[in-house]
Amino acid sequence: MELFKIEQLLEKYLNAETTLQEEATLKNYFLSGNVAQHLQEYESMFGYFAFNKAETSAKRIQLKTKKTNWRWLSVAASVVLLFSVYMGNEYRKEQQVKAQYAEVMSTLKMLSTNLNKGNEAMASLYVYEDTVNKIFKSK
Amino acid sequence: MKFSYNLSIETIKMNESDFLKVVLPFKDKVFRLAKRLLVSKDEAEDATQELLFKLWKNKDKLSGYRNTEAFAMTMTKNYCFDRLKSKQASNLTLVHSNYKEKDTSLDKKMEYRDSVSQVHKLIEKLPEQQKLVIQLRDVEEYDYEEIGKMLDLKPTAVRVALSRARKTIREELIKQHNYGII
Repeated sequence: MELFKIEQLLEKYLNAETTLQEEATLKNYFLSGNVAQHLQEYESMFGYFAFNKAETSAKRIQLKTKKTNWRWLSVAASVVLLFSVYMGNEYRKEQQVKAQYAEVMSTLKMLSTNLNKGNEAMASLYVYEDTVNKIFKSK
Repeated sequence: MKFSYNLSIETIKMNESDFLKVVLPFKDKVFRLAKRLLVSKDEAEDATQELLFKLWKNKDKLSGYRNTEAFAMTMTKNYCFDRLKSKQASNLTLVHSNYKEKDTSLDKKMEYRDSVSQVHKLIEKLPEQQKLVIQLRDVEEYDYEEIGKMLDLKPTAVRVALSRARKTIREELIKQHNYGII
């Protein structure tokens, strides 16, 4: 490319009137390593732009949260708490039922022993009646 | 933000690999723009991570944006401005220490030409708006229309800022060559 054309483009470039294509032409010229002495400042500029464009971020992007999510921890904690309250309540109920059962059982036992006592008494009455009957029949 | 991207009603469910296909082609542009503004490489890496993660969180809305890339660049600009503001507010002088660290690594990579790294320093001295415009045009090669949308500026305002930035860099370079001052 003729030098005067480059100079013309540079004039437009400084006024921000160049198109992207024209700027690409300038870039090519100044990166060619064969630059006119009086345009050396542009060589540095375009050299720097090209250098900067090659700079990349070395870090990989992390899309999952690395930080401990405290909100989830609190949710988990409240679940555990609710569960243990529930379990404690169940245990208490069970104990209550057991106690009630034991009470009923002891009542029933008492009832049955008393009934048995009654039965025994009745049994002796039967024996008495039998004997009475025998005596009167035998007569 | 005055400019609004066309929203379409239809939203497409994106999985991770779909998302990466959309985002990875411009990930480095986000990184370079963040680095241009935040100076430090580490901070730029963090910003990139955070910005892409934000995009990922809003992935269901992404298909609604006509141009995800332009949207990402706008987000980057806003994010970095916020970071710079909060840094100023908390009176951190990180900029200076990062300046040195970055320069040494830059020099190593660019031993072949000192004046090229001078351009880097000159851009650093420009106002934020001009930094953005130089980055988006001369490095990333977006057209004026796109840059205008990204920065919420009229294309003519983009040209004005760009012209100023280019002239300043050139004049400073000439000064340095003539007087041998760095």
